[in-house]
Amino acid sequence: MTATLNTPSSIADDTEDAAPRRSFYATHETTIIGTISVVAFLFFWEYAVAQKWVNALFTSSPLRIITAGSAMVKEGTIWQDLATSGIEFGLGFGLATIIGVPLGILMGWYRRLNAVLEPFVNALYATPRIALLPLIVIWFGIDLGSKVAIVFLSTVFPILVNTMVGIRTVDRDFIKVARSFGASDRQLFMTVALPSTVPFLLTGLRLGLGHALIGIVVGEMYGATSGIGYMMAVAGATFQTDRVMVGIIVIAASGMIMTQMLKMIEMRFEKWRVDSRG
Amino acid sequence: MSIAPTPKMQARGLRIGFYNERIKKRLNVLDGIDLSVAEGELVCIVGPSGCGKSTFLGAVDGLTRIDGGDVLIDGHAVTTTGPDRAMVFQHDSLFPWRTVLQNVVYGIEIQNSMSKADMNDRGRQLVELVGLKGFEDHFPHELSGGMRQRVNIARALAPDPELLLLDEPFAALDAQTREFMQVELLKILNRAKKTALFITHQIDEAIFLSNRVAVFSARPARVKEIVEIDLPKERSLALKHETRFRDLQAYIWRLIEEESARTGLVTAS
Ligand SMILES: Nc1ncnc2c1ncn2[C@@H]1O[C@H](COP(=O)(O)OP(=O)(O)O)[C@@H](O)[C@H]1O
Ligand SMILES: [Mg+2]
Repeated sequence: MTATLNTPSSIADDTEDAAPRRSFYATHETTIIGTISVVAFLFFWEYAVAQKWVNALFTSSPLRIITAGSAMVKEGTIWQDLATSGIEFGLGFGLATIIGVPLGILMGWYRRLNAVLEPFVNALYATPRIALLPLIVIWFGIDLGSKVAIVFLSTVFPILVNTMVGIRTVDRDFIKVARSFGASDRQLFMTVALPSTVPFLLTGLRLGLGHALIGIVVGEMYGATSGIGYMMAVAGATFQTDRVMVGIIVIAASGMIMTQMLKMIEMRFEKWRVDSRG
Repeated sequence: MSIAPTPKMQARGLRIGFYNERIKKRLNVLDGIDLSVAEGELVCIVGPSGCGKSTFLGAVDGLTRIDGGDVLIDGHAVTTTGPDRAMVFQHDSLFPWRTVLQNVVYGIEIQNSMSKADMNDRGRQLVELVGLKGFEDHFPHELSGGMRQRVNIARALAPDPELLLLDEPFAALDAQTREFMQVELLKILNRAKKTALFITHQIDEAIFLSNRVAVFSARPARVKEIVEIDLPKERSLALKHETRFRDLQAYIWRLIEEESARTGLVTAS
């Protein structure tokens, strides 16, 4: 697209006409400003602690967090915690996908099955799954089982519901085209319903991801013997603020990385969405 | 009227009704349609909007249940969809997850009538036939409206149907692209040697394309009149400015207006 109207210079700079004489700064402005603001914040944080404006016992500081992080790496405990949480996440999320996707497809495709299951799905989807934790711990204990269960319950509904919506909202025109060529139910399902559901499914996975992380952390804080959430709970109870901060950073970073990855996949499939045509 | 021994398509007293939710009553849409199309002919259908043109085409394709009368293809009654017929819908409805080539071979894939290699060869031929060589691996969202409608036509032609059913295929295109596509369609159909039924609400389009124009009455529809288009077989856009063309246009326009007036859609002048 080229600018054909007189635009304010700040906007005109963003058009492709300006590309050849764009400086490194112009092309990366957002990133550069963002980086500077974060770095400035970290310096201010460190400085405020050094000047004793705030108490490091409560606020920690960037350097203290780095020190704590490397100590934890040396002790080796953080790997154990990461592995525990990672396995809980992987199993729970994997199970939710394996069960949620086919069930969502079936519920979207068969009205009767949907009528049978919908009340349960709606009720559970509306309940904050965290509220089920005491029950889950009674059933599955405080180890792996309860965490997998809470991650599963946190993620399976967004995945299931989005898949179901995807199957239900298949464009009627596509169905007409397939039928006109003589497609059987099975062919209609494989060549039309399934592919048009992919973008919805990915959205479901991305939404599920956030719920899964909350599930793990809260689950481990509630009762566990290892894991990032457990580590944070222990460190918090003993006023090791630096270690709590390390935990927060680990969780935030893994959440951001995984969400970003799914967003990239989603973007690739965005053009599969029917409403993006024309 | 010159009718070949067995018409390619023949509708005899075709009746179709739908239950209407709003008035809680069954509504007759087609009230005894009689129409036949000879092999190699292109017949256009025009008529007031909502009169049942799409319903008729759906019945010929085998998508819509028939309540009375019948549709014969080569003398055999239609009961379901078949590879001898193919539909081109107004909305191009190309699958956004398939490339141009994959869209074009869709029907062959569904009908499982060729090996994969033959299927792709045939797909490439058709992409070329509709003038899109080089775009085989593009996705629909990368194409213009006119190009998408070409892919749509190629997709319908791919399984080599004998009767092509087109339901206002150019309605969503701008005027210039539409005229261009009209010329292209005639070329394509000539090369592919197909029989076609074409619905349009553009009278000039109907006259330009067809050998005969069937004018449907207001709902419940019957064939009000069949207008022979006695224009030279070779059609060029210049034809649209000739007196004969304009006379036909005025004549058909009057027929449709009568029908619209009858149902109060338009007040007769
Ligand atoms: N599947 C259906 N169910 C109920 N009514 C329908 C259905 N299909 C078409 N109709 C009705 O039949 C009439 C004719 O529709 P249609 O064939 O699409 O008209 P046209 O193509 O001539 O504009 C309309 O009144 C429409 O509401
Ligand atoms: Mg119609």
